Amino acid sequence: MFVNPCGRCGLLDLTEGFADLLKYIATRLLIAIPTIFGVTVIIFLIMRALPGDPLSVFYDPSQIIIMSDSERASIMAELGLDKPLVVQYSLWAGNALKGDLGTSFLRGDAISETIIRRGAISAEIGILSILIAWLLGLPVGILSAMRPNSIADGVASLMSVLFLAIPGFWLGLLIVLGLIHGWSWHPPIISSQIWDDPWKNFQIVIGPALVLGLGQAAIVARMARSSLFEVFREDYVRTARAKGMRESVVLLRHALPNALLPVITLSGVLLGFALGGSVTVERAFGTPGLGTTLIAGAIDRDTSMVQSIVLVYSMVFIGMNLLVDLSYSWIDPRVRLG
Amino acid sequence: MQSTKKTNRFDVLGQGLTLATANAQKFRVFAKRRPVAATWLVVIGFLVVMSLAAPLVAPSDPYKPDFGKVTLGPNFENFFGTDFLGRDQLSRIIYGGRTSLFIGVVSVVLGVGVGSVWGLASGYLGGKFDMVSQRILEILMAIPGLILAMILMFILGASVWTLIIAIAFTRLAFGARVIRAVSLSVRETAYVEAARSIGAPTWRVMAFHVAPQTFAPFLVLVTTNVGIAILIEAALGFIGLGIAPPTPTWGSMLGEAASNLEPYWWLVFFPGMFITIAVLSFNLSGDGLQDVLDPKSRGTLG
Repeated sequence: MFVNPCGRCGLLDLTEGFADLLKYIATRLLIAIPTIFGVTVIIFLIMRALPGDPLSVFYDPSQIIIMSDSERASIMAELGLDKPLVVQYSLWAGNALKGDLGTSFLRGDAISETIIRRGAISAEIGILSILIAWLLGLPVGILSAMRPNSIADGVASLMSVLFLAIPGFWLGLLIVLGLIHGWSWHPPIISSQIWDDPWKNFQIVIGPALVLGLGQAAIVARMARSSLFEVFREDYVRTARAKGMRESVVLLRHALPNALLPVITLSGVLLGFALGGSVTVERAFGTPGLGTTLIAGAIDRDTSMVQSIVLVYSMVFIGMNLLVDLSYSWIDPRVRLG
Repeated sequence: MQSTKKTNRFDVLGQGLTLATANAQKFRVFAKRRPVAATWLVVIGFLVVMSLAAPLVAPSDPYKPDFGKVTLGPNFENFFGTDFLGRDQLSRIIYGGRTSLFIGVVSVVLGVGVGSVWGLASGYLGGKFDMVSQRILEILMAIPGLILAMILMFILGASVWTLIIAIAFTRLAFGARVIRAVSLSVRETAYVEAARSIGAPTWRVMAFHVAPQTFAPFLVLVTTNVGIAILIEAALGFIGLGIAPPTPTWGSMLGEAASNLEPYWWLVFFPGMFITIAVLSFNLSGDGLQDVLDPKSRGTLG
């Protein structure tokens, strides 16, 4: 099938290839299932089969809390830890499918509730950071590509190289320090959801979102620049310019749609960056999000909590990557037909 | 690269060092073509020398507390100030660089190395082995790197070698992916077919005919991944899953500083600055190496 290199025209034959699109979506979803299964198995194995069992923290004589063998056996039975690993895994995975992640070893409250409460804040941070990344990174990338080797381009590439190397949590700490010393302002410690107190919630969320957003914007800008640069050399762009089209039309209608494809592919990598980075950045700001909960769980050796949060992070990562893949195939018919 | 085929078969690390320092002629050419990358390569050299010569360079003992001068700001005696126990921060940063760089470099060489061998075999052998490998790598890549390293550290416990293993684990898939692609294309070349047709065993073709071709991409992969490894190490140290105190690493120094509700700025600023410089130098010299070693990508970025 002939594919017009102009991205916008590519969008128009959407209706034509609708069946292909559905087929592609179905295949992608099918491929994702073994990956999800594999990830849950790996997480489970890492958490269970490596040295010690989840109770060793209480059992270890060097620790403060010591329990007798019989107490230990009864708790193991209660938690189902005496069953074979395969049974344990299927119980865990089955319950997780139903949305029940069990209770925290240490605190005794339902893990899924904690995750929803804390996860809401982390999700806000993630979405906001992606918005910041695109709203900031894309214009900068376009500007750099349109005026290559100008001063603005130089500054932009310097900034993007710099933000790729700066650890997000360090930048976060510096911002917190600046706010404390400059305005004697402390980030709110008490958690508040967006539906309770939007202003306080915004104060909690904006810092981590900005830091994560800047890091991602660096990647978006870099990629957009190099990708646009390539597209500007294409014949159809030269034709459009030769026809006397305004530069803005050439850019928005002809060059940009095609140039965005590699940038969209990259957003999968960006997500991993945002998810992993959010853990440390949340800690730097003291944000009561999922990342802070994960760190606290790891330090308290709350195995069930750590296992569940890691599961959530991985599932979000897989799901978002799937979305990126699908949107990519929707925009570029060559992917689903090739 | 072609003329040095004999050495890089046996002396992979030596080749890298040759490229960077010993072979001044080559470096001069590199510096002329890629001045930015060459400058940052010099910065790497500076950091490495600083770490190796830590006992000679450090102005005082990084472990010895001095309760007479607790949390002093930067002054003429302690350029980067002192920490909660009155230890000189400059000395701790120099010793911390030793640990951080060692972990960064060794974990990447290990992770990317094992991954490369895996990718080489998977690309060359193909078939079922390749398919299974691909699925396993996909699963490994489906967990965000830092989180994978976190749970591994959580289970393995804190030490230099568990840290190296945890970070190496996250780099495995990246090495395997790239080298597999190289291996796939080299497999189809005429000289590999020639080697096979005269009856060379599979392992021999892989070790002596395919592997040398993967050396240049391997070097680029290592350089670019060291930056990421240093960042992961710093993040793990920061959240308290790195090496146990008193051994300083840049990340754990930041973690200690942040445990205070109102952190002292010099305890936050200087370790982070060194992390940034180290990551920057590995990233940028990696970019430069890629441009020089891979003629295809030369000039495409304008």
